[in-house]
Amino acid sequence: MEALKEELKNKIITTLNLEDIAIEDIADNDPLFGDGLGLDSIDALELIVILDKDYGIKLVDPKEGKSIFQSIETMAAYISANRTK
Amino acid sequence: MTKKTYINGVGCISTQKTFDTVFLEEAVVNTTETVLSIVSPVYKDYISPAAARRMAKGVKNGIVASALAMKDANVENVDAIITGTGLGCIEDSEKFLKNILDNNEEFLTPTSFIQSTHNTVGAQIALSLQCKGYNFTYVNGAVSFESALLDAKMQIEENEANSILVGGVDENGEYTLSLFKLAGRIKKENDLPSNILNTTSTGVVYGEGASFFVLENERKDSTYAEILDVEIRNTLEENEIESELITFLKVNNLEISDVDAVVLGFGGNIESDVYYKNLAENAFAKTPQLYYKHLSGEYDTASAFALWMASKIIKTQDIPEIVKVNSVTKPVYNIILLYNQVNGKNHSFTLLSK
Repeated sequence: MEALKEELKNKIITTLNLEDIAIEDIADNDPLFGDGLGLDSIDALELIVILDKDYGIKLVDPKEGKSIFQSIETMAAYISANRTK
Repeated sequence: MTKKTYINGVGCISTQKTFDTVFLEEAVVNTTETVLSIVSPVYKDYISPAAARRMAKGVKNGIVASALAMKDANVENVDAIITGTGLGCIEDSEKFLKNILDNNEEFLTPTSFIQSTHNTVGAQIALSLQCKGYNFTYVNGAVSFESALLDAKMQIEENEANSILVGGVDENGEYTLSLFKLAGRIKKENDLPSNILNTTSTGVVYGEGASFFVLENERKDSTYAEILDVEIRNTLEENEIESELITFLKVNNLEISDVDAVVLGFGGNIESDVYYKNLAENAFAKTPQLYYKHLSGEYDTASAFALWMASKIIKTQDIPEIVKVNSVTKPVYNIILLYNQVNGKNHSFTLLSK
């Protein structure tokens, strides 16, 4: 699980071009949207693509995204439980 | 009455250090590479990191160059933004297309698509200035910038706008450059070191950059020059150039002897530089001749770098040695003519006066 969290942080920093942010700046429970990392709706689409492309998870209900993408912790838990690759 | 058009502010990001400098005092000629990259400013000084993270290189350079021009002209907003670009945000276009191919048309994300359109630069500048006025982007090969300039001049003359931000911007994209190399548009490595004025090979040294100008309908303390005229001709034969230029000058009540300096777009391609060589050796033999693509590299909107250079010369009355083709001098540099073409097509004449 810890390795997955680290992997996710790396992917988020690279895919979303968060140039000024290092892995250690993102706490597992930091909110990804709003006050935390400050991601926006375009980033949300990028995260959905990461789930699909890298872990084989297709989000059928967009409403699910709100709880899945709350933090690295929630993302990692959802991926662990649902990944197909 | 027709209003006059003045260049009241300039900003340039190029393959030379053209920001935080007076005028090309730090310029260096690179003869050992076939592609030149821009000298980057500190983008964070102009764009918040949150906004910059999705911006392509060309967008960032356009925003910085326009911010420099606005600061130089001491204006906080403009009535219109007009941009010229040959290839637009080609880096993100490449990324987007590569994603489509690599992922078999699946998993497409919006970021690089958003940035891949040609009008992204003009749009992002407008967003950063909150300018809701006329916003237009011209994509016309090597006369993209002159098309924008001509539009801006006409808007000011017809009283459609009092102040306009106009600029030319292009960025290098790795895959596009590889295609240009294959097509022979870029010099071969074994034709280096390049010597633009005495070239014996075809192809050019490629470059990139963003040059922006604040045009206004009134002369101010910050004024660099007045834009007297701009003309675009898509096709002209070698033997038509001289008479076309004479006619262009005549329309403006000038003769060749009235021109204090001519800026020629020598690019180092032996086939198309003949257009410039003919003028340099004949009609303009007694005129100070200047060149710039050894500093800026060749790209569709490199002529915007030439306008930046000519504006600086008129304001400072100083011609750096590094841009001189010949040793002819004039006591003053009040009338400057710019002539550019690429591969014998897309000819442009721009006339400036003090």
